Amino acid sequence: MLASMQGAVESGLLYALMALGVYITFRILDFPDLTVDGSFTTGAAIGTVMTVSGITPWIAVLCAFIGGAIAGTCTGLLHTKGKINGLLSGIIMMIALYSINLRIMGKPNVSLMRQDNLFDNVSTIVIMIIFVVAVKIVLDLFFRTDLGLSLRATGDNSRMIRSFGANTDITTIFGIALSNALVATSGALVAQYQKYADNSMGIGMIVIGLASVIIGEAIFGARSIFRATLAVILGSIIYRIIYAFALRVEWLEASDMKLITAVIIIFALVVPSSRRLWKQKNLARKRTAEMLASIDKSTVGGGR
Amino acid sequence: MLEIAKVSKLFNPGTVDEKTALVGANLIMKPGDFITVIGSNGAGKSTLMNIISGVMKPDAGEVRIDGRNISQLTEYQRSRWIGRVFQDPMAGTAPRMSIEENLAIAYARGKSRGFSFGVTRAKRAIFKQELQRLGIGLENRLGAKVGLLSGGERQALSLLMATFTRPQILLLDEHTAALDPARAELITTLTESIVRDMNLTTLMVTHNMEQAIRLGNRLIMMDKGRIILDVPEDRKKDLTVEQLLGEFERISGKKLADDRIVLG
Repeated sequence: MLASMQGAVESGLLYALMALGVYITFRILDFPDLTVDGSFTTGAAIGTVMTVSGITPWIAVLCAFIGGAIAGTCTGLLHTKGKINGLLSGIIMMIALYSINLRIMGKPNVSLMRQDNLFDNVSTIVIMIIFVVAVKIVLDLFFRTDLGLSLRATGDNSRMIRSFGANTDITTIFGIALSNALVATSGALVAQYQKYADNSMGIGMIVIGLASVIIGEAIFGARSIFRATLAVILGSIIYRIIYAFALRVEWLEASDMKLITAVIIIFALVVPSSRRLWKQKNLARKRTAEMLASIDKSTVGGGR
Repeated sequence: MLEIAKVSKLFNPGTVDEKTALVGANLIMKPGDFITVIGSNGAGKSTLMNIISGVMKPDAGEVRIDGRNISQLTEYQRSRWIGRVFQDPMAGTAPRMSIEENLAIAYARGKSRGFSFGVTRAKRAIFKQELQRLGIGLENRLGAKVGLLSGGERQALSLLMATFTRPQILLLDEHTAALDPARAELITTLTESIVRDMNLTTLMVTHNMEQAIRLGNRLIMMDKGRIILDVPEDRKKDLTVEQLLGEFERISGKKLADDRIVLG
C-alpha cells in the first residue's frame, strides 16, 4: 500500500508538468489544445531515442522540451495564420505527430533497459519535487512579466490587448509552444521513469491533464496564478492517488481507468455549476419572499 | 495630425446585403481638436472609428497620422499612436486580471513586451497617482480583479488606460452609452478633464445631442457614409439641439433616425 502511494506521488509529479501545460492553454489562453496527445509521445520519443544513442539523459529531456515547443508552434501557426478552428488545428497536429513519432522511434516502442537513466542513483521523489517546484516558480514569475501579462490578456480579452499594441497571434503561438514544451518534457520524464517509450502512450493525455487541472482547482482554488499552478500540481498528484485506489478495487480493471477519468471530469464540471445554480435559486426565492413580505406590511399599514 | 482622405468601405460586396458604410469620407483633425460625431443609424460612424484604429482596412483612400500613411498597418501596430475606449464597459479591460495588471498592460503601449516585470514598485506609484484622478477610490484596490468592478468603474478605468500614455489620437466610441445617467455623467466629466489636461486630439461618437454640442470644439454630422456637416468652434458655441436636428433635415432631406438618440 505504502509503495503504491509513493508510486502514485511520483507519477503525479512526473505528469504535473503535462498538467501545467494543459493549464496554460485551457485556462490562461482559453484555447482547447488537443496537440497534447501527440506532443507527449513526441517528448518521450525524442528523449528515449537520444538516450539510447548515448546522449546524457538530461540533455535528451531538454531536447524533448524543444521538440514539444516546435510541435506547439505548428499548432499555433495553423490556428492564427491558417485561420483554422482551434480544436481542429490541435487534432490535425495530433494526427500528424502520430506518424512523426513513429519516424523518430523507428518502431512502435523503444526500451530504455540497461541504458543511462535520469533517475539512476537518485530519489525520484526528491528530484521531481525540486524540478516541479522550480518550473512552477519560473512560470509564476513569467506570468508577471510584460510578455506574460499580454499572454494572459490574450486569453482574457484579446480585443483589449490588441488595442494596446500586443500581437495576439504571437502571444497565442508562444503560449501553445510553451504548453507543449512542458507536455513533451513530461513525456520524456515519464519514459525515463518507466524505462520505455510507446507510440500510444499519449492517448487520452489531454483528458488526464484536464482532470488534474479541474480536480486541483476544485479543491485548492485558483484565485491567483500562484495558487492555480500549485493547485494543478496537487491535482495531478491526487489524480494518480485516485488511480492507484481504483486499481485496487477488485471489480475494476486497469483498462477501465479512462472511463473513470471521464466520470471524474463530468462530476468535477457538473457539481460546482449546479450547486451554484441551486444556491442562486434559493437566494432569489428568499429575497423575493422578503420583498413580498415588506410590501404586504406597507399595504396593511397604509390601507384605508 | 490625423487625416482621412477619400476613405470608402463596402460591406458584403457583390451580395444582396451589399452596403456602403463610407463613401469618399474626408476629415482633417488639427492637434488638440476634440470632435464630436453624430449621425443616423448606419451612417458610418463606427466604421470610421474602426478604419482609423485599424480593425478594418479601407477599400479605397488613406488614413494618415502626421503625414504618414498608416492604412496598411494592423490594429496592434497603430495602437502606438491611438488610444480607444469602446461602448461596452467589458471590452476595454481584462476581467480576470487585477487593476494594476491591467494598467501595466496599458502602460506598455508602444513598447516591446519582454521579460521585465509588468508591475514594479515604481510603476505601482504611478498607477496610484493616476487612479486618484478618477476620484472613485480605485487607487486603494490595486490588487482587485477588474471583473469585480461595476460597469461605471470599469469604463473609468478603460478611459484612464486609453489615455495615460498620451496617445496622439483618442477614439471614444459611444463610451457612455451603456451606462446609467449618473455614471454616464461621471465618465463624461472625467473625459472632459482628461482630454483638456492632456490636450488630446479626440474623436468622440455620441448619441447624446446635448453632449455633442457641449463637449469639444468641433462637431461633425454623418449620413449614408458621408460627413454632411462640419460645425466649427465659433458656430458650435451657440448651437441648440433644435437647430442641429433642423440642420440635419435640411441637408439630408429626412428626420434624424437614431434608435438610441438622447436629446439631452
